[in-house]
Amino acid sequence: MNPVLEVVLRSVSVLAVFLVLPLIVGQTEHKVMAHMQGRLGPMYAGGFHGWAQLVADAAKFIQKEDITPRAADRWVFKLAPAVALVPYLVALAVIPISPTLVGADVDAGVLFVLAASAVGILGLLMGGWASANKYALLGGMRAAAQLLSYELPLVLSVASVALAAGTLSLSGIVDAWHPLWLLWQLPGAMVFFVAAVAELQRGPFDMPIADSEIVMGPFTEYTGLRFAFFLLSEYAGIVVMSLLFTVLFLGGWHGAFSDSLGPVWTLAKSAVISVLIIWMRVSWPRLREDQLQRLAWLVLVPVALVQLALTAVWVVLSSR
Amino acid sequence: MTSLDILFGAVGLITAASAVLAVTTQQLVHAALWLVVALGTLAGCYLILGAELVALVQLLVYVGAVVVLVLFALMLTRAPMGRSPEHSSSAVQRIAAAVIAAGTTSLLAAVLLPALGGEVLSARTGDTKAIATQLFGAWVWPFELLSVLLLMALIAALAVSRMPTTSPTSPVPAETEST
Repeated sequence: MNPVLEVVLRSVSVLAVFLVLPLIVGQTEHKVMAHMQGRLGPMYAGGFHGWAQLVADAAKFIQKEDITPRAADRWVFKLAPAVALVPYLVALAVIPISPTLVGADVDAGVLFVLAASAVGILGLLMGGWASANKYALLGGMRAAAQLLSYELPLVLSVASVALAAGTLSLSGIVDAWHPLWLLWQLPGAMVFFVAAVAELQRGPFDMPIADSEIVMGPFTEYTGLRFAFFLLSEYAGIVVMSLLFTVLFLGGWHGAFSDSLGPVWTLAKSAVISVLIIWMRVSWPRLREDQLQRLAWLVLVPVALVQLALTAVWVVLSSR
Repeated sequence: MTSLDILFGAVGLITAASAVLAVTTQQLVHAALWLVVALGTLAGCYLILGAELVALVQLLVYVGAVVVLVLFALMLTRAPMGRSPEHSSSAVQRIAAAVIAAGTTSLLAAVLLPALGGEVLSARTGDTKAIATQLFGAWVWPFELLSVLLLMALIAALAVSRMPTTSPTSPVPAETEST
């Protein structure tokens, strides 16, 4: 195939996946929350099971006026939603669904995903500061403190998997994966899952946008499409993190008939993880800010370090 | 001149321009945000030169952690909207900074340009494994020394933050309460 055409085709398909999967996760969240909490609202629009709720939401967001507060820093305020959203698009491009189904197979794919999603914090900080609103500023600071402290256990648990597989390539990690890893890497997997949910700032880790304390955190002053962008980046984050969890800890496309059903396995496993993330938000109350920091530094970091040591010892012993 | 050269020139130009903006802008938070652009496009330069791992680490460490810390500290203390001339430096400082920057640039150029001898070297050897072998083989002592340096900085920061504050303006509240 013509190389230019191939690049265009790959980019367009990554973009299509990026536009579809977060919406599916959003729709799932509506329905799962509605069932778990007995909410009637999301089950109404369009008749059967409220299937048109997402369409109605989109129509609502598009119609709303796009307001920039007078005291706000205009450019930073307007740019912030894009800075929050685009890193997840970039990260999604390198996550393999199957050995052949990948936007771009990068040599250090793990590092690429971590580096790209770390940039997303800036969007929240920019939005929080540029809104010229003290609640937004408080939310932005909470977001920064939270993301900085959970970045460390996240990276440590990923490092353990990379060490076990002996490669930084995402498809290489899946190739090296063995069902026993489910047990061997279990502490690291738990740390990664908790840290990923905290990085996404979803309940029970949603202090930055705690609506009962600081209105809506960094998003307080946002309306219409820009607000929808922030919401979309949250769902895109769920997609990226559950795909990453699947690829790192659950063996990606490994499963029955993996030659023909590989992509289905990857997507099914990450769908389960996505529902788990939604389930956590529905079930648990929000942590307090100090409890959140305590959890990161006194529980997750030590567990991740122990996992790293365990992995290192095993790798050294088994390579003799 | 290949398309990679043109791309490198363009990204390098953005890096330089945003770096200049970062030190000349009158708005504190904008300076930090221009620093983000400068460090991010520097990662782009590394990527174009074929040093993929260095580019990713640059993005992860500098954009994802260091600048976020800078922004966080700014917001925690003061992050004024709009221009804040009271924070800008004096003319003497500016001239000194310009002289030091020019000196550093010419020193680096004087060392690097003759060393490479105008020859274009390909850096496209750097896959992750090769860099790791280099780092933990030939360069392991400098690498470990650097980590010791960082550890010292960490311990020193902890010690400074735990030092008892004995400022004369704040009386000890426990003494007055007990009576």
